[in-house]
Amino acid sequence: MELSPLWISLKVAAAATLITFFLGIAAAWGVTGLKRIRAVADGVLSLPLVLPPTVVGFLLLMALGRNSALGHFLEAIGLKMIFTWRGAVAAAVVVSFPVMYRGARGALEQVEEDLIYAARTLGMGEFTILRRIMLPAAWPGIAASAVLTFARALGEFGATLMVAGNLPGKTRTMSIAVYTAMQGGDRELAFKWVAVITCFSVTILILMNLLTQKGFKRKGS
Amino acid sequence: MVDIEKNTGQFHLKSSFTTGEGPLALLGASGCGKSMTLKCIAGVEKPDRGMIKLGEKVLFDSEKRICLPARKRRVGYLFQNYALFPNMTVRDNILCAAKEREYADSLIERFGLENVAAQRPAELSGGQSQRTALARMLAARPEAILLDEPFSALDNHMRSRMEHEILDILEEFEGPVVLVTHDRNEAFRLAEKIAVMQEGTVVETAEKKAFFDHPETVAAARLTGCKNITALEKKGSGIYARDWGIDIALDRRMPEGITHAGYRAHYFTYTEDKIQENVFTCRCVRVIEDVFSTAVCFRQKGNENDSPDSVLTWMVDNDKWNGIKDRVMSGEFMLKLDPGRMMLLKDAR
Repeated sequence: MELSPLWISLKVAAAATLITFFLGIAAAWGVTGLKRIRAVADGVLSLPLVLPPTVVGFLLLMALGRNSALGHFLEAIGLKMIFTWRGAVAAAVVVSFPVMYRGARGALEQVEEDLIYAARTLGMGEFTILRRIMLPAAWPGIAASAVLTFARALGEFGATLMVAGNLPGKTRTMSIAVYTAMQGGDRELAFKWVAVITCFSVTILILMNLLTQKGFKRKGS
Repeated sequence: MVDIEKNTGQFHLKSSFTTGEGPLALLGASGCGKSMTLKCIAGVEKPDRGMIKLGEKVLFDSEKRICLPARKRRVGYLFQNYALFPNMTVRDNILCAAKEREYADSLIERFGLENVAAQRPAELSGGQSQRTALARMLAARPEAILLDEPFSALDNHMRSRMEHEILDILEEFEGPVVLVTHDRNEAFRLAEKIAVMQEGTVVETAEKKAFFDHPETVAAARLTGCKNITALEKKGSGIYARDWGIDIALDRRMPEGITHAGYRAHYFTYTEDKIQENVFTCRCVRVIEDVFSTAVCFRQKGNENDSPDSVLTWMVDNDKWNGIKDRVMSGEFMLKLDPGRMMLLKDAR
């Protein structure tokens, strides 16, 4: 069995998670500070969660393709996105972003208000408060969201197929490999990939439960 | 100097007072807006209107659109639950806000926290938590101090010890101090000035001695522990105490705006002489014997008013109580009220 889909999947999901992790926390932090346009901002940021992956893929093609200014610029500096693994990362970032953002927002909102108030009266700036008070207090929730984000990025299929294609050894991820194998009538290969993906998913769920349980214990004591 | 208004949805906050020499206590029942007032001063909540000044420094002025962020106000805030940062050790909690490291170290020593400096807040006792919170607050070199129910999370024994420590700090501290409490004894012990809050509004501000001797409002009288309060109405040349159900002959002219009267439970005198003025003919409702004194709850005979204030309380020392107990318990008895000791009150509502 050719193992390249495994490595490509892991590489893409890891890169996407790394980017989404920081973007999601930044967005969550920004939104918690908003008052009036909060509901609108929240809706826009959560949009990829409800849009069909094909729509996300279409919009990404529009944004990153050679005909757009952004796509043109990226290609000029040597970052071709369409039909490359970078395109797969872009698709995974957009699709997994709401998971990280919503999880981080929930975790940050649950930080005791008085802790933040206390930090302010002690003269700390808002970024210092985020770094030294809010993130450590919200850590279990944020870590769990990161794990879930990774899972979502790993399982991404539709948008990836549209943006990055299905190039063996380059952009063929595990979930696309299952699809390709089935299309080619290779049930056995499809089954193998299904088994690998299921193992990953179960491991991830266990990991997440451990993280949230640990979080509860710390809060309870 | 504080003069602010804020609509919170639950009530309309209208808070206005000036601190003087020594601490000021905001006294009021829970949920009356005391903590909200502190939060507005500290800058973590924003009032709708008004002005807050710390000495010459304007912290908030709605007309000039000044609202200094909390971190620039230099107002120390001791939270009711201390709000220690759970992920940091005691030392880091104190150092994270410190202006000078040496001063912070001296505070750790002063509060006796060297032994627990490496521990996290979850491992501390109530007293240690409060000392840590105090040290952290002082390490930031505040120009004013706000204390929100500082002893509510401590047991009785710890409470009196921490009270001494806080008194020490307050004596050294030169800026304004505002203390929030619902406990009149605590207010009396710690503060010099007392501001009474009722349903979001500061109804009365006074020096504490004057406040306890001559409260001006019903809310203040109740907070000073006055148990017997009645509404008054004019009746001919005299006054009728509506809740108590008796006529009262006052020794002075009744000033304008007085609607209520209060009488402390200790000031009644037991009498057997029927023809005096200002005498209750009492029916005993309940007797509660305490260690050194006894509370006798009673109603005026024939009083048809059944408001909560129609039941009065008479506190009598047990020495005396034992001598008259049988006669009181047998049914009717008489108590004399000294009109000179009656408090004439306004109802702020």
